[in-house]
Amino acid sequence: MLRERIQASNYSFLDKIKSIDYLLILLIIAIGSISVFAIYSTEGGKFSFYTKNHIIRLSVFFCLFLALSFVRVSTWYKNAYLFYIVGLVLLVTVLFFGISASGATRWINLYFLNLQPSELMKIAVIICFARYYHRIQSSDIQSYKFLIQPIILLIIPCYLVIQQPDLGTSILIAGSGIAIIWLAGLNIKYFVYSGLLLLVSLPFAISILKPYQKSRILTFFNPDRDPLGAGYQIIQSKIAIGSGGFFGKGFLKGTQSYLEFLPEKHTDFIFTLFSEEFGFLGSIILLLLYILLIYRIINVGLVSRSFFAKLYCFGFATAIFLYVFVNIAMVLGMLPIVGAPLPIMSYGGSSLLSIMLGLSIVMSCKIYNQEQISVY
Amino acid sequence: MLNRGRNIEKGRVITRRMFILAAAKILLFAGISSRLYNLQISDREKYEILSDKNRIREWKTPPQRGIIVDNFNKVLASNDRVFQLHLILDEINDFDVTIFKIKNLIGLDQFQIKKLYKKKERLKPWDTLVVSDNLTWEQFSKINLYLHELEGAKPVLSTSRFYPYANDLVHIVGYVGDASPKDLEKPEIKENFVPGLKVGKYGIENSQEKMLIGNYGIKRYEVNASGKRISQIDYIKERQGNKVNLTIDIEIQKYAQELLKGKAGSICAMDIYTGEVVAMASSPTYDPNKFTHGINQKDWQEIRNNPLKPLINKSIAGLYSPGSTFKPLVALAALEYGILDPNKTIRCKGHKHPYELYGVKYHCWKKEGHGYMKLRNAIKQSCDIYFYEMARLLGVDKLSIIAKRYGLGTNVLGDLYNDEKNGLVPDTKWKRRALEQSWYLGETVINGIGQGYIQTTPLQLCLMTAQISNGGYKIKPHIIKDDSINYKDVLNKIKLDQSNFPLHERNYLDDINVQYYQRMYNKKSNINFVLDAMFGSTNEQYGTSYRSRYDDPKYQFAGKTGTSQVRRITDLDRELDLDTEQIEYKKRDHALYVAFAPYKDPRYAISVIIEHGGSGSKAAAPLASKLIKRIIDRHKLREQFNNGNTSLA
Repeated sequence: MLRERIQASNYSFLDKIKSIDYLLILLIIAIGSISVFAIYSTEGGKFSFYTKNHIIRLSVFFCLFLALSFVRVSTWYKNAYLFYIVGLVLLVTVLFFGISASGATRWINLYFLNLQPSELMKIAVIICFARYYHRIQSSDIQSYKFLIQPIILLIIPCYLVIQQPDLGTSILIAGSGIAIIWLAGLNIKYFVYSGLLLLVSLPFAISILKPYQKSRILTFFNPDRDPLGAGYQIIQSKIAIGSGGFFGKGFLKGTQSYLEFLPEKHTDFIFTLFSEEFGFLGSIILLLLYILLIYRIINVGLVSRSFFAKLYCFGFATAIFLYVFVNIAMVLGMLPIVGAPLPIMSYGGSSLLSIMLGLSIVMSCKIYNQEQISVY
Repeated sequence: MLNRGRNIEKGRVITRRMFILAAAKILLFAGISSRLYNLQISDREKYEILSDKNRIREWKTPPQRGIIVDNFNKVLASNDRVFQLHLILDEINDFDVTIFKIKNLIGLDQFQIKKLYKKKERLKPWDTLVVSDNLTWEQFSKINLYLHELEGAKPVLSTSRFYPYANDLVHIVGYVGDASPKDLEKPEIKENFVPGLKVGKYGIENSQEKMLIGNYGIKRYEVNASGKRISQIDYIKERQGNKVNLTIDIEIQKYAQELLKGKAGSICAMDIYTGEVVAMASSPTYDPNKFTHGINQKDWQEIRNNPLKPLINKSIAGLYSPGSTFKPLVALAALEYGILDPNKTIRCKGHKHPYELYGVKYHCWKKEGHGYMKLRNAIKQSCDIYFYEMARLLGVDKLSIIAKRYGLGTNVLGDLYNDEKNGLVPDTKWKRRALEQSWYLGETVINGIGQGYIQTTPLQLCLMTAQISNGGYKIKPHIIKDDSINYKDVLNKIKLDQSNFPLHERNYLDDINVQYYQRMYNKKSNINFVLDAMFGSTNEQYGTSYRSRYDDPKYQFAGKTGTSQVRRITDLDRELDLDTEQIEYKKRDHALYVAFAPYKDPRYAISVIIEHGGSGSKAAAPLASKLIKRIIDRHKLREQFNNGNTSLA
């Protein structure tokens, strides 16, 4: 069925090198370096386990990113559903063979890495949906027949991830999927209606949440409800960030973190540590770096010819935005604590892997931006 | 073409929707930025304080208590080195095991262990538990030897209150102990309290808490989330409490206490010009050092159950009828109001012919009677009949004015002692108000010999004697050195006033409120008459305290005995006429004596009360005599020391 018509089928190597988005690479390196300093600081300025691991992962995944950048975008297109299916299989594997930590079963032991399939699923959903909507004619998009499929494709992984339980990742997966449906041009009324429906069903949704999730949400609305328990993280995080002031307390001088008041400072709360040490100025610079990163990804989408590339890039940009926004809003106490890492900054192999993988697809879109992919 | 057109349309939709999304992203990022601005710039101070609260924890270090010294700067209450055992709770893994080991080492009993567990419950996990605040050297060295086996144990060299004169001063200085919830309500304690700090429980220790307590120090540590100390940031040193300087002469106090040994009673001595209390002994007494670390049950029961009531500070909280020691004041009142010519003669005919008023008989203490008495002789020989008649003529209201003016009926030392009694000087108004009865003349009559409703403390009697013997000037009695009083000036002022006699125009008899160091008499000759009669009572034959006299003018003193009945004397008693030893202890009379010395140029007043001691002349006067010698011997030293002090100031 898949017949491809590739216009510029023979890119010279030089052309490929030329069309690499160097600014994007620079941004990745910049955020990566900042993350190394941040992780180094979480260890109290000692070059040990976390820092070493983080550097190794960054370098390995960065190389992987560069290598995969040269994979044709049409190859990604072809294997999009496979990608999704592999992700799904891994998620099911987790269900049976996953390893648990602190009450959640999210990982598969791959010996060199504890893989968190839900992180990969974030990318898989985007690429799968990009392919799906690449094919569909704009006249068919509004029809239920073509709407029901992506919704099912979305509900399955979300359900599996919620079972782990991991509400945060599941919301992010859903968010990225919905973003692509939006981009594809589904009528606004669907979004409005489903939004209203969600609002109405919220009380029911909350009633089926796990107790710890419920308490997190209640705590979000009033952190002082339980300052030593569920509200502790958010209170301490706000204290750390607020006390950073404009210039911050200085590198390695974040008292909240090195005196261990901050929970999960390597992972979800890495922004808190960064913000405490580098202040408002540092935080805004980091935010700008992320905005630039998102901008560059969107830019790749804009200059791409194929809908697949466009949808993928815009969708991935939105996903990156969602990760950054949810994470930062969470540590600032604007959203409930749901467990969402900050892209590149947070310590964690799977998250880093999936981001780098996603970025490499963006890069391949850039390099092969003139490649057209047939819709038939 | 159609396809192509559709594709272009699809591309446009995607791009348009992307821009809508991008706008939303920018909005949300702006939201994050403004939140960051709020936290890090607007509310920065609030979060900085919270962050410091997190990371900085303060430990208060107890201050040393101020010392208490006597007139000669001899230390009466000091801070002694003690050995203590503290437990740092957050360094202990298994509290039970540690306590068990400590129990075996220093031998704690079940009761003490229970107390420790209770104490621990009230502490925070990073606090320090004081296991023992007063270890013996053996216990302390044992702990040190096995220290490596005791988690969190910390042998500490600390200080605690020590009273070198123990029993001799407890009624003046008081003692310290653990703060009770009530103590903690006092502002001076609340502001300066540190767990484990001892606070004043009685006496100077209690009333001068503000001076003595000092200010605690603060050690600030940086701590981590689990409360472990990381580093010391700051140390504000504690400040020792101020010194409290008493007017007491510990040598005289000790001697007074020694004189009272084995008896229940009180001795007070006062400088008649400056109002300094030189000694204020109360017997029996107890050891305040036992209270510092919590008194044990046995000792406490022993003190509490002693029938002679050591806990009562008899000098100020003991109430006694003044008996005949009141007579000089009755005489003075009668003279001042011009009721009676001192040459008026009254015949005392003994028990067979007692004084009679409306059919009630009033006896003199002397069975065979004194015969014909004039006022001077009546004071000297303490004839009751004369005073019955004089009191009847004077009336109780006039008497009470003079009695109150000379220091009876109100507490002497202000709020220094929470148990000081006011005593009672009755008058007709008082009786109507308090008992809702009218006054009977018979009550006036017995009031004239210091019996009946009248109640005084030994210190009041001492003050009364002082204010008569200094020539009738009001003084300000005090037991803590008062820097606002220049003793030399006070002395000169009174002496100058005395020599300028009799230039006065006020009618002193109506005016109860007299300023300090102002005369309280109307006619100097009246004061002199009373003083002379008291001289007779001690230094002339037939005087009631003739046996206790000194002939050496250096020590020569004048005084008045008193024997106050603790119950009604019946006709049967009179017939039996038992010796003191033959009467049941509780029913024996109180023996009293007031005196001033030296007679020529007097300087000190003294009051002695021996509970159930029998007659004043036998039981009280000899003690006064001994003490007066000691006081006068030390006078020069005291004068020199105090003048040296004033010249420095």
